[in-house]
This record gives sequence, structure tokens and C-alpha cells, in this order.
Amino acid sequence: MSILKLAFASVFVCALVAAGCATVSDKTVTQQDLKTIKASFKENGQAKLDRLDQDEAQRLCSIAPSVTIAKADAARVEKMNLESIKYPADGKLMGDWQQGERIAQTGVGKQYSDNPATPSGGNCYACHQMSKAEISFGTIGPSLYNYGKLRGTSVEMQRYTYGRIYNPQAYSACSNMPRFGHNDILTEQQLKDVTALLLDPKSPVNQ
Amino acid sequence: MSISMFMSEYKCVAVAMVMVASVFDASAQSSAVDEIARYRAQLQDGNPAELWEARGEDLWKQKRGPKNVSLEGCNIGKGAGVVKGAYAQLPRYFADADRVMDLETRLVHCMVTLQGFSYADATRRVFGSGSNRSDLEALTAWITSESKGVVMNVALNHDKEKEAYNLGEKMFFFRGGPHDFACSTCHAESGKRIRLQDLPNLTEKKGAQLGYTTWPAYRVSQGELRTFQWRLNDCFRQQRFPELVFGSEISIALTTFLANNANGAAFNAPAIKR
Repeated sequence: MSILKLAFASVFVCALVAAGCATVSDKTVTQQDLKTIKASFKENGQAKLDRLDQDEAQRLCSIAPSVTIAKADAARVEKMNLESIKYPADGKLMGDWQQGERIAQTGVGKQYSDNPATPSGGNCYACHQMSKAEISFGTIGPSLYNYGKLRGTSVEMQRYTYGRIYNPQAYSACSNMPRFGHNDILTEQQLKDVTALLLDPKSPVNQ
Repeated sequence: MSISMFMSEYKCVAVAMVMVASVFDASAQSSAVDEIARYRAQLQDGNPAELWEARGEDLWKQKRGPKNVSLEGCNIGKGAGVVKGAYAQLPRYFADADRVMDLETRLVHCMVTLQGFSYADATRRVFGSGSNRSDLEALTAWITSESKGVVMNVALNHDKEKEAYNLGEKMFFFRGGPHDFACSTCHAESGKRIRLQDLPNLTEKKGAQLGYTTWPAYRVSQGELRTFQWRLNDCFRQQRFPELVFGSEISIALTTFLANNANGAAFNAPAIKR
């Protein structure tokens, strides 16, 4: 196929795609769909129906992993989430790694079956390899073994790490990882403890 | 059951393996995984789901409800009273109800229209717990067992079947709740795990077939037989969503999406799972 023909073909495909978008693509969640979704759930304990109200990041990221989010949308999601990060007023970013390990092992929190008075966990091991000792780890996220040993504990690295746990989508739009600080899953102290688990040279992550 | 709870079950096996292989290396983990595979293989020796199946067959044939009739006049897709192979073609559109129905909602429909139960009574206990047994789970166990070995063939002929599939696909990728989870967070990539639990990729044929054809299942950890409505309900609990309503449009839409994706595979349930 000549280059000219190829160019024509792609213009044609683009026109088709544009036409599809104009008439609302099959995959777009419509207002009617949202109504159906809300009618299909009922509130239970702490899990109210407003959990189905998507913010812009959730709306833009409701796509298959094989679909790439538009560059401009990704940039907007990251900017919006970066602006949401609140650093501790006392300036201290590293807490107690031992507490951090407990948080990393615990998966409770925010389910309607959970007691809202019990602190939530971070459930880090569900998706990440972290320490040598824990062989029961998941693989949805990358291995974090030796995270701090490889990166050091500079203030910049502490701020990056704390921010990345607080709101991963500030750095990576549509990340699978929950926005632990942004969505009030973990407290400020818990975020510090998990930061320490990753960075403290004494933490099992860095042995 | 929460993600954390099922992790701890695996951890028991995993910890035992660490004691044997005290030096950490990839082999410690692979032997833990082997050990879990061995545990799963041992489970296949006998399946208590048979107890639910036997009770379900009785419930199907007994005269029950205010009208004192059996469910043998119920059409679950292949004609009144035909059970063999019916589940492998569900969900489907039923003209008399003018909606797409899965097996569980169709059974409730028959309990209401044929046997005269109120909808509230027919759905009072859709999921059993200990001595509070669910008739619906028993009926589902028996009827699904009558499709064992039958090739999945869920059609998208009627417009409402196509609509259900499309809505199910959208819901599969719908992010929400405090954790931003969608079904696709855990089930849209191959070769991923939560802790040591392998996750089927439900967006591709092989994963959808493996996932869908092994429900309902007897859950050893719960001592209960669980249906696909339960599977979806409990996934959304772990996604931190509100509670999925039994028989709701979204529950049928997701089931249609997943069942159709499993077409071509032999149905293989009730299964037994950890």
C-alpha cells in the first residue's frame, strides 16, 4: 500500500471514530446508565449510594487497561490529584515502620461489613512484594522490596513517597492503587508509618 | 469474607512452607503455590455441593407456596420443566417478563407467578448462612448441576440481551467508591495475583471461561454453596461499593457480559473452592 493510500485510509478511520464519538460511543456511561447503576445498589452501613458518584478521575479512568487515556486527560487527572496532596503540618514524613508493617498486612476498612470505628488498613501486600519474610504477596503492583535501599531517604524522596501513597494518581493517572490520603482511607499518622516502612533503613523492606 | 480473611487462609499454608524452606528465595514461594495447588486438588475428592443439589431437586418437584404447585411448570429457557442444559444458555430474554433474567431471578419469577409466593417471601433469604438455609441456593445448585459438561452458549439475539451485555461491559470498567476500584482493577490483566490468589482475566476468553464456568461453588471456608449472584454481591462489598441488589439490572448485565464471554467452554459447576 502506498503512503498516500495509507494516509487516506487513516483519515477515513479517524472520520469514522469522530462520527462514533459524536453519536456517543457504545462504551460511554450515559445518564440513563448512571440511573440504572444507582437503582441496582442499596446503601448498607457506611457504604452509602454516594460512593457511586464518580469524580472526574474515576469517570475518565473507567476504561480497559488496553485503552490509553488521552494525553490531555491524563495530564488533567495528574494535576488535579497533585493539588489535593496535603503534607503534615509538623513537617515530619517518616513515622514508625513497625506500625507501617501492621498497616501493610491489614485489609479491613470501608467495606459495609467493616466496623467504621476500626482503623483501616493499607493492604499493601495484597498487591506488592515488600519484605523478604512475607512470601504471600500479590502482583497487581510492582515489587517494593528494597524500595528505600535503592532510593535513599532524602527529604525529596520522603515527600515523593508520602505523596505517592497519599495520592498515586498525582504521578500516574488511572493508577490501580487507592488514593489513601485523598480519600481518607489512612490517617496522616498511618501515611507516615507506611512511608517509614518503605524508607527506614531498619525496615524489613530494606533488609 | 474480606480479602484480608482469605489471605490469612493462604498464609497458614504459606507460613508452614516458610518453616520448611527457611531461606527466602523464589523456591519458597513456588513451593507455597504448589502446596495450595495440592490443597485444591485434595478438595476435588468430594463436593458437599451434592447436599444442596439433592435438596434443590426436592424443592423443584415439591408442591409449595399458596397455590400448592411444583416448579415443574417453570420455563427456565428451554420449555416448561426442562432443566437439562438450561443454565448453559442463561441469562436470556424472557418475553413473559419482558426482561433479561439469570437463573436466580427466573426462579423467583416462577415462585411468584406459579407458586403464588410474594416477591418479598421468595427473596427473603437469597444467600444462606448456617442453619438459615436458602432454598434459592439449593435450587440453583441442582439446576446448574444439570448443565455440567454442557457447552456455554449464551446468545445475544434480542435487543435487550445486547443492551444487557453492553451495560455489563461498562459496569465492569466502572470505577467508584473510596478505593477507586472497578471489576477491572483485579480482573482485566493476565497473570496477576492478590496475595497468592490467582486472578482470572475476565476480559479474555480463557479467563472468562475459567471464572464463569466454576460458579456456583461450595466454599470450604464458609461451609456454604454460593451462587453467581452471591459472587457479584461479595465482589462489590470488597470493592467498597454499596450493596448490590439481588436480581438488579446491573447484576443481570454483568452476568450476561461474563457468561457470554465464557461461550464455547464446557460448564463445570457446582465446583468446590477454598
